Amino acid sequence: MSKVIKLKKGLDIKLKGEAEKVVKAGGKCTLYAMKPTDFRALTPKLTVKVGDVVKAGDALFTDKANPGIKFTAPVSGCIEAINRGERRKLLEVVIKADSEITYRDFGKADVNQLSREEIITRLQDSGTWPLIIQRPYGILANPEITPKAVFISTFDTAPLAPDFEWILKEEGKNLQAGIDCMQKLCNGNVNLGVKEGIPQNAVFNQLKNVNITYFEGPHPAGNVGIQINHISPINKGEHVWTVNIQDLAIIGRLFTEGHYDARKTIALTGSEVKEAAYYKTMIGAQICCFTADKLKNEVHQRIISGNVLTGTKVSDKGFLGFYANQITVIPEGDTYEFLGWATPGFNKFSASRLFPSFLCPNKHYTLDANYHGERRAFVVSGQYDKVFPMDILPVYLLKAILAGDIDKMEQLGIYEVLPEDMALCEFVCTSKTPVQKILEDGIALMMKETN
Amino acid sequence: MNFLRNYLDKQKPKFEKGGKLEKFRSVFTGFESFLFVPNRTTTSGSHIRDAVDLKRTMIIVVIALVPALLFGIYNVGYQHFKAIGVLAETDFFQMFFFGLWKVLPMIIVSYVVGLGIEFAAAQMRGHEINEGFLVSGLLIPMIMPVEAPLWMIALSTAFAVIIGKEIFGGTGMNIWNPALLARAFFFFSYPSMISGDAVWIAGDPTTTDAISQATPLAQMALGQPLTYTSADMFWGLIPGSIGETSTFCVLLGALLLLLTNVASWRIMLSVFVGGFLMSLAFEPVSHVEAYQQLLMGGFAFGAVFMATDPVTSAQTNIGKYIYGLLIGAMAVIIRCINPGYPEGMMLAILLMNTFAPLIDWFVVQSNIKHRLKRAKVNA
Repeated sequence: MSKVIKLKKGLDIKLKGEAEKVVKAGGKCTLYAMKPTDFRALTPKLTVKVGDVVKAGDALFTDKANPGIKFTAPVSGCIEAINRGERRKLLEVVIKADSEITYRDFGKADVNQLSREEIITRLQDSGTWPLIIQRPYGILANPEITPKAVFISTFDTAPLAPDFEWILKEEGKNLQAGIDCMQKLCNGNVNLGVKEGIPQNAVFNQLKNVNITYFEGPHPAGNVGIQINHISPINKGEHVWTVNIQDLAIIGRLFTEGHYDARKTIALTGSEVKEAAYYKTMIGAQICCFTADKLKNEVHQRIISGNVLTGTKVSDKGFLGFYANQITVIPEGDTYEFLGWATPGFNKFSASRLFPSFLCPNKHYTLDANYHGERRAFVVSGQYDKVFPMDILPVYLLKAILAGDIDKMEQLGIYEVLPEDMALCEFVCTSKTPVQKILEDGIALMMKETN
Repeated sequence: MNFLRNYLDKQKPKFEKGGKLEKFRSVFTGFESFLFVPNRTTTSGSHIRDAVDLKRTMIIVVIALVPALLFGIYNVGYQHFKAIGVLAETDFFQMFFFGLWKVLPMIIVSYVVGLGIEFAAAQMRGHEINEGFLVSGLLIPMIMPVEAPLWMIALSTAFAVIIGKEIFGGTGMNIWNPALLARAFFFFSYPSMISGDAVWIAGDPTTTDAISQATPLAQMALGQPLTYTSADMFWGLIPGSIGETSTFCVLLGALLLLLTNVASWRIMLSVFVGGFLMSLAFEPVSHVEAYQQLLMGGFAFGAVFMATDPVTSAQTNIGKYIYGLLIGAMAVIIRCINPGYPEGMMLAILLMNTFAPLIDWFVVQSNIKHRLKRAKVNA
């Protein structure tokens, strides 16, 4: 029997608006986009212009630092717009989709018969390579190196996260092809983090050629970063690759179907959604395909591509992020509250015991995007440790980053964390410290200084 | 509350940059955010945030102090009427209002002076006003002897806020507990005013005669037999600093702080453990039962409200145990060995405040070594 790791630290934030387990047809979606901003530290080089006709799997832009890595169209169609921001920074390449998708053919193949180089070329050409993320730093995987291992989490514990076991129950064949592909890339050390207690016949338990570790506990137990830390932590000089489990199926389909099939199922969730459910879609779909007439529109709303802890704020004219598996809609909460800090606060959620929420652990809450307080210096101690199940001292790491002390950052474990792993620290912080932003800056500094 | 909100919205432009009252921006936002939780929403990182903020946290500490404060006020009256020998003829309200009449001015002076400096410092730096002084401002009068002159409270408070806090960057950056620093300043600058037996009982307002009475700590320091029972010391009808006498009321506050997780149980527990063990060791010298040491003077008050100050205490979990144990032990050592100053708690906490970063440094180093070792094993 495989190993079971029980995590005690963490926090499950119970929100209203969990997706019902039905797959619904979304509205017809015509616009799709690839956003270079979804990729950390990427400098894109555009290879198309407005009006070009592309097939699904044709390159839209490439990585300037590593021209072999292509970012391709998830659908076939015509380039509708190329949107740039300040200083002509490339923000979006928008495609108007054909009614019937035509694919660029890469040919079906048995992964196990291909060499590592052939696999890498195929992943790069098809645009599935960026689905692989390299740690430290959470950047695009460097095809020049062989990582010490590949880690894949099969479950997400974030608030209102989709249930991958249910979404992928028929994708066993593609997942296995994806695993076999990863086996080749890292010379045979693929690790799967599985939620403790799923049925023995669940799709993840059927996968072969993979080391399964079971995890139990509150969020962030499902974060791959936490799982790596408990299975085989990243030391200086080591690299590991990670893939989201739904993206692994896309990689698998590249071999079983022979083309870049960017289909995925996402969860539309949150307290401001009328019918929270699952929707079949493709990478990069426009948000309004899901949200049009499905939102309550009672209050000022915030739409998030991703979950409430780590997602990106988008407008309904915006697009689903490359790695996103859910859309969450919550109230914006941009209102004043009279003596808010003094009220009993029966509808407020807090990890501390300063609100009655700790007495009713099973209640679900409607939380908005208000800070509920003002920014302060670090005052309360020991707060982050309770929600951060790693052998790292979070406040000391953050202080090392704030001081720009590269040596200390390295010694205190910056290689092992990404902002998503410390998102809960940011949530619980009494002083409203921008934890993820600080960590993001720290990672940028490390990459700049150490290359 | 809309009229209030509308009024504030109307006044706000005057305090913005370039406005007529720009100089008072910090004061304005301070009051505004006191009345209304701001409407600011998240722009980076996590979209949702915990409902807790520093105001909520600090107000819990203030509430936890209330039992000890109310009892302290009553006890000021009780001790006074007992000392002048008319206890039997005095009722509860007379004692309470006598105490209030003595203590309220001290609280007002502490808040006015401290908050005034905080407001000014926040404005000078363009910061927002911090909630930290809400607690410190109440702690300062509670650890003073009742006969401390008001001007001295003002001076000590000013010293604590300026030298103890603002020069380091305000709440969250300070090294020493501001309230204890005020007390230490008072003690070392005006030793004659705070030592001896004449300051612990409120004098008769009609005459200027002071009333002299020894505290249990003073009796212990002089090797005299205790004239107070353990029950007196537990319930608190003994002379001493205003808020510290009743161990029972302090423990009520401790209960609230622990239930709400505002104060660290690690620190509280280890202070008591450290104090008790050291008292056991000193029993032959002090001629006082070990548990009585924990009931006397400011031991409980310091353990519950001072040692647990999150800013000046050790911040790592292991560090908190070491820090607490050392405070408890040091407090008893100072009490038993230094005859000049019978109360060791203040100096013990200030000393360990100084060393808390060092304790944490060792804990952080062990985490670093641990990580390096792991890398070497794998390499």
